[in-house]
Amino acid sequence: MEKMPKWADIFLIPVVSLVLAAIFSAIVILAIGEDPWAAVKLMVKGALGSTYAWGYTLYYATNFVFTGLAVAVAFHARMFNIGGEGQAMLGGLGVALVCLYIPWPHWSLALIGASVGAALFGAAWAAIPAFLQAKRGSHIVITTIMFNFIANALLVYLLVNVLKPVGMMEPATAKFPKLVQLPSFRDMFSTADTIMFRGAPANITFFVAVAACVVVWLLIWRTRLGYELRAFGHSESAAKYAGIKPTKIIMVSMLISGALAGMMAINNVMGEAERLVLNAVEGAGFIGIAVALMGRSHPFGVFLAALLFGFLYQGGAELALWTSIPREMIVVIQALVILFTGALDNMVRMPLERIFFSLWRKPAAKPAAAE
Amino acid sequence: MDLLTLLQVLDSSVRMATPLLLACLAGLFSERAGIFDIGLEGKMLVAAFLAAAMASVTGSAWIGLLAGIGASLTLAIVHGLASITFRGNQLISGVAINFFAAGITVVIAQSWFGQGGRTPQLGDGARFQSITLPFAESLSVVPLLGPIYKELISGHSILVYIAMLIVPLTWWGLYRTRFGLRLRAVGENPAAVDTAGISVVRLRYSAVLICGVLCGIAGAQLATAEPAAGFIKDMTAGRGYIALAALIFAKWRPWYALMACLLFGFLQALELRPDLITNVIGIKVQGQLLSALPYIMTVVILAGFVGKAIPPRAGGEPYVKER
Repeated sequence: MEKMPKWADIFLIPVVSLVLAAIFSAIVILAIGEDPWAAVKLMVKGALGSTYAWGYTLYYATNFVFTGLAVAVAFHARMFNIGGEGQAMLGGLGVALVCLYIPWPHWSLALIGASVGAALFGAAWAAIPAFLQAKRGSHIVITTIMFNFIANALLVYLLVNVLKPVGMMEPATAKFPKLVQLPSFRDMFSTADTIMFRGAPANITFFVAVAACVVVWLLIWRTRLGYELRAFGHSESAAKYAGIKPTKIIMVSMLISGALAGMMAINNVMGEAERLVLNAVEGAGFIGIAVALMGRSHPFGVFLAALLFGFLYQGGAELALWTSIPREMIVVIQALVILFTGALDNMVRMPLERIFFSLWRKPAAKPAAAE
Repeated sequence: MDLLTLLQVLDSSVRMATPLLLACLAGLFSERAGIFDIGLEGKMLVAAFLAAAMASVTGSAWIGLLAGIGASLTLAIVHGLASITFRGNQLISGVAINFFAAGITVVIAQSWFGQGGRTPQLGDGARFQSITLPFAESLSVVPLLGPIYKELISGHSILVYIAMLIVPLTWWGLYRTRFGLRLRAVGENPAAVDTAGISVVRLRYSAVLICGVLCGIAGAQLATAEPAAGFIKDMTAGRGYIALAALIFAKWRPWYALMACLLFGFLQALELRPDLITNVIGIKVQGQLLSALPYIMTVVILAGFVGKAIPPRAGGEPYVKER
């Protein structure tokens, strides 16, 4: 069986899938009586047109890098973690507790502490579904979905009854102390006479996300654990035969996955809101699925896909502001991306493979005929 | 707690159980044929929206029902294409369908009605009304049985009775017909079915389509049967997943599915009456705990504390015909 060249596999197929998703999105926008081309122009301007716009795009992209990596790591072990949303919510709880109840002397120490807190809480929330999958065979997809709902109920309870400061109406924690404020892009890149990224939420967490990509790449392709993880994902029986323990791999992959999803909270809770509010995650956990599929579960791909979705998310917000296209349009686009890059992969792949083979075979067949 | 309150809670349990039951049976057909379907949620949601939208525009609940079934069938065909024809990942396809439904319903609802993703309130003609069964009033004087008949059995929408009828129909279809035998076989060992000269693809598509129809009815019940009066954003609220859990709880058998869905329906009905729990147990139970209870129960059930659930053997695996 011949294979397509690698560049076609990792580049061409996602691009074709993306084009298909874009065409269908355009049809939806046309159907509700808006102009898709104008929408695209508005999105580009709103998401990339100024440092302010970039500040939002990169902020969202940071969220999606974390949740995308979370799904990707689990994918390598053939686990489908749909619980990123709940894990990120719990990560937010971890961040809030760390920031509120520990007196940090400096933001850099607080960032480390909050990362640990977020990762621990996120991992803990992934641990129960992982354990049930490993030991009882309960389907990870359904248990992680259930844990999203349970996380939501838990957070409502905690915010309303426990963490809300006395006298406040809104279910949210108190504002974090000034000392744990993370430096925003504005603080980092503005010079004396030009202020960049004014009012945009992008912050230092973006670089933590980039670092996370590198670490995940090292983990998956340069460590023994990563090798075991991938081996398990390719063939469970072969991995077992090679002495790889399924329980360990399922647990470890899901714990890493949950920790990554949880770490998203240092961006949205610590970096942006500076307190924990209800619905802080805003669906980023789910977008992680699309990001991981689009990025072919490779950290670099995840990074690019996260940028793309950051653009879509910020652009979508601008659309909702200036046109009658509601914010939920982004959910439709996300669904179409998941559908075309994930579920209908073969629909794109089969015809492309056919084209490739017909083009490839001809030159290869000539010398054979000459003999 | 007196008999009347109990009957009222049971009555709303039956009503809450109906969409779960329909979705559960939908999943039963699909999964028995070897197609995992976590897109029940999305199919119900589009059906709920289009049923309410069409009922509101035409003023007829029945046209709404048909439109809802149509919407659900469209997504079922997409799922069929992804998981049967193109042999893609059935879980991912289901996830995509759920997100698509969550987004598109709000986008279209906003564009059509401009009410922030909901449909207008449905008038009396545009929704399925409660049916009072014959003699409900005159029999209500009979002790015990009379009130049970009047409060619990009578007074539901036609869709509730249809759902109850579909349970024996499913049982009969699955265990007493040739189609049912083949359907179950294709979920266990598609190669054997193929060897017998029966089309695996056609069987699986018919299962997926039946699943679509049932999800369509479930959605219509949710949005257009009394006391519901229209579509609200994300109104399925995880029911598709709870139906899946009920399916696993029932170990893919129709009568047990009914029992499981009634249980989950009861839990959802209790959520609406927190005062009752306080009265009966004597402790105030947190509302959030109650709303999380169906999901916690699901996890407990999935954890296998109620016996081992073995899914159809070929579930989730695309069938590749040998060449």
